[in-house]
Amino acid sequence: MSFEEKSTWIYAVILVGVSAVYYPTVFGQLSTTAVAAISYQATMLTAIGVAIAVAIVAHVVVAVASPKDADKSDERDTNINRFGEYIGSFVLYGGGLVALGLALAEFEHFWIANAIFSAFVLAGFTTTVVKLVAYRRGF
Amino acid sequence: MGKPTKVTNDIRRLRFANGEMTQAELADRIGVTRQTIIAIEQGRYSPSLEMAFKIARVFEVPLDELFRYPEAQP
Repeated sequence: MSFEEKSTWIYAVILVGVSAVYYPTVFGQLSTTAVAAISYQATMLTAIGVAIAVAIVAHVVVAVASPKDADKSDERDTNINRFGEYIGSFVLYGGGLVALGLALAEFEHFWIANAIFSAFVLAGFTTTVVKLVAYRRGF
Repeated sequence: MGKPTKVTNDIRRLRFANGEMTQAELADRIGVTRQTIIAIEQGRYSPSLEMAFKIARVFEVPLDELFRYPEAQP
């Protein structure tokens, strides 16, 4: 498995892990707390920070485990990355439109922020899945 | 496993005909990862024209001896 494919797996696992913790933590409060009173900001920022930190550490670990392959990529990696980002961008656009609609309809900041956050998460997840399928099945 | 390209190649045969060259050695000589050589050999990746020329140059064969594309159906 190339370094770039391992890197894609790292992002996929992080996105799943962060989502598995963030959404139950924040949306679990909806049943007991008014939307305007939910303190989601710190949790969201923590989730983003943890995701970045874990990604850095995981990449360092993978690079140390196999230094010969570290940071090595070629045209196939570039093409697969471009394809994944292209497909993922449509999800991001869709999420952006949803967030725009929520803002125009004057929904609570909670919903707008989470729509944007979810757009990034879903776009990232779509990108990684498309890339992993391309790596495994061919491109 | 899918076959996203109709391009077939003789890289595997040529590697063995050239002193049983390993995939890693070929990858190093053309500056790609071993996984890309594996993907090309298995028909899971169609290389760029530039990479195709590099591979052909390693084996000192013309491009159409290395890569083939099926004739169009009438």
